[in-house]
Amino acid sequence: MIDDQLATGTSPIHGLDARCRLAACLLLSVVAALAQNQQTALVILAAGLLLTALSGASFGAVLRRAAAINVFILFLWLFVPLSTPGVPLWQGFGLTISRQGVSLAWLVTLKANAVFFCVLSLLATIPAPALGRAMTALGVPAKFSFLFVFTYRYLHVIAEEYDRLVTAARLRGFVPATDGRTYRTYAALVAMVLVRSYDRSQRVYQAMLLRGFTGLFPCLNRFRAGRRDMLFLLAAGAVAGLAAFLEVRARSGNV
Amino acid sequence: MSEPLLELSQVSFTYPGAAGAVLEALDLRFEATQRIGLFGPNGSGKTTLLHVIMGLLRPQSGMVRHKGREVATERDFREVRRSIGMLLQNADDQIIYPTVLDDVAFGPLNRGLPGEAARELAEQTLAMLGLEGFGDRLAHRLSGGEKKLVSLAGVLAMEPDALLLDEPTGGLDPATRERLVEILERLGKPMIIISHDWDFLAHVTDTYYSIGNGRLIRNPDLILHRHVHGHPMGDHEHHHH
Repeated sequence: MIDDQLATGTSPIHGLDARCRLAACLLLSVVAALAQNQQTALVILAAGLLLTALSGASFGAVLRRAAAINVFILFLWLFVPLSTPGVPLWQGFGLTISRQGVSLAWLVTLKANAVFFCVLSLLATIPAPALGRAMTALGVPAKFSFLFVFTYRYLHVIAEEYDRLVTAARLRGFVPATDGRTYRTYAALVAMVLVRSYDRSQRVYQAMLLRGFTGLFPCLNRFRAGRRDMLFLLAAGAVAGLAAFLEVRARSGNV
Repeated sequence: MSEPLLELSQVSFTYPGAAGAVLEALDLRFEATQRIGLFGPNGSGKTTLLHVIMGLLRPQSGMVRHKGREVATERDFREVRRSIGMLLQNADDQIIYPTVLDDVAFGPLNRGLPGEAARELAEQTLAMLGLEGFGDRLAHRLSGGEKKLVSLAGVLAMEPDALLLDEPTGGLDPATRERLVEILERLGKPMIIISHDWDFLAHVTDTYYSIGNGRLIRNPDLILHRHVHGHPMGDHEHHHH
């Protein structure tokens, strides 16, 4: 069903406080996202790769996810070098590849992968419920973080409901094909899931009222941040600071 | 004479757009000493009755009294819900958090308990139901029986004076059902239980009602003692208590 295999583990990363991981991830990715300089992106990418190695994620899982991201990047490589004006590197068939285009595409590749590896090592290693609590603890509005937590909870229930409907259809001889009847059947199944989910949302709301829900979302604070967590956050802050320093220096040098 | 825990008088309820009334001039007196078993065909209004008691549905006419006070508004019913816990038929509707401990603590936190106290109460309630160490389990990985017990823990953590249970044994295996019987007997709280499971009702309740034509029918003469059953080793001599 929902793939959260990275969230369970015993690596040094998994042992860190979820709030610290979330905050560190934000720091590093914001700097990477704003970078216009390859050095900046490279520093964050190196940090992301190091963290990913520390997180003990299986090589296969990392590769599969990295491939998914880089397919999008591949499309950028098709167009950006050709469409960016600048010093020509290569000309032919009426097309020009510019030096600026190539370096822009390279920068985007570095930035995207830098953010990707930070998120993979720091966020994907947090189980969704803890991530929801960490968001609340860091001041994300309760409505938003609870929407996230409820989605995680009921996505499984709704997926099971859909599976049951598909099973029921198959038990009565439904075989998917590429025809109108198949599409109509799937449309009916999806409609059923929507209707049932709506009904369920009513019952869930009733159940919440029965347990004294008043519109507020109180939350257990289950976090314990220790010295190790603080050191980690400081280190992440230092790396983000170093990257930001390189960025500022490069930009002022260009002026 | 002491006030009953709950009293319904001349309550009528019709679902919007439905042809006939589900409850019609229904009277109910629920004493704090009673354990009521409620049975009857599907669609006869058993669940509707519990929803009216808890204020999830408002009757078109009639009166609901809780400990002698009339309850009519949402604010009134908040008090009822604090005093009476209700377990819904489907545990997935009731467990709203992905992790067990957060879910069980939901009610206590709503009651205004501070975090540490709510957490302790949740852990105690889980332990009382034999669910020690379930706090960090994920709701969608629980078995059907475990879900039922966790949703019951969520209700019991509200520390209610009385319980309403809507078909609590539906889909439970015999072992979990036995556990539920044992838990309910140990709680010793007044309760109303909807069930089609005679054997279960015979164990945990002492007064029996059904609903017919929108009204409660008391069955004082009903004696629940016979059952036919089959299980492995059924040909060996055995005893029931």
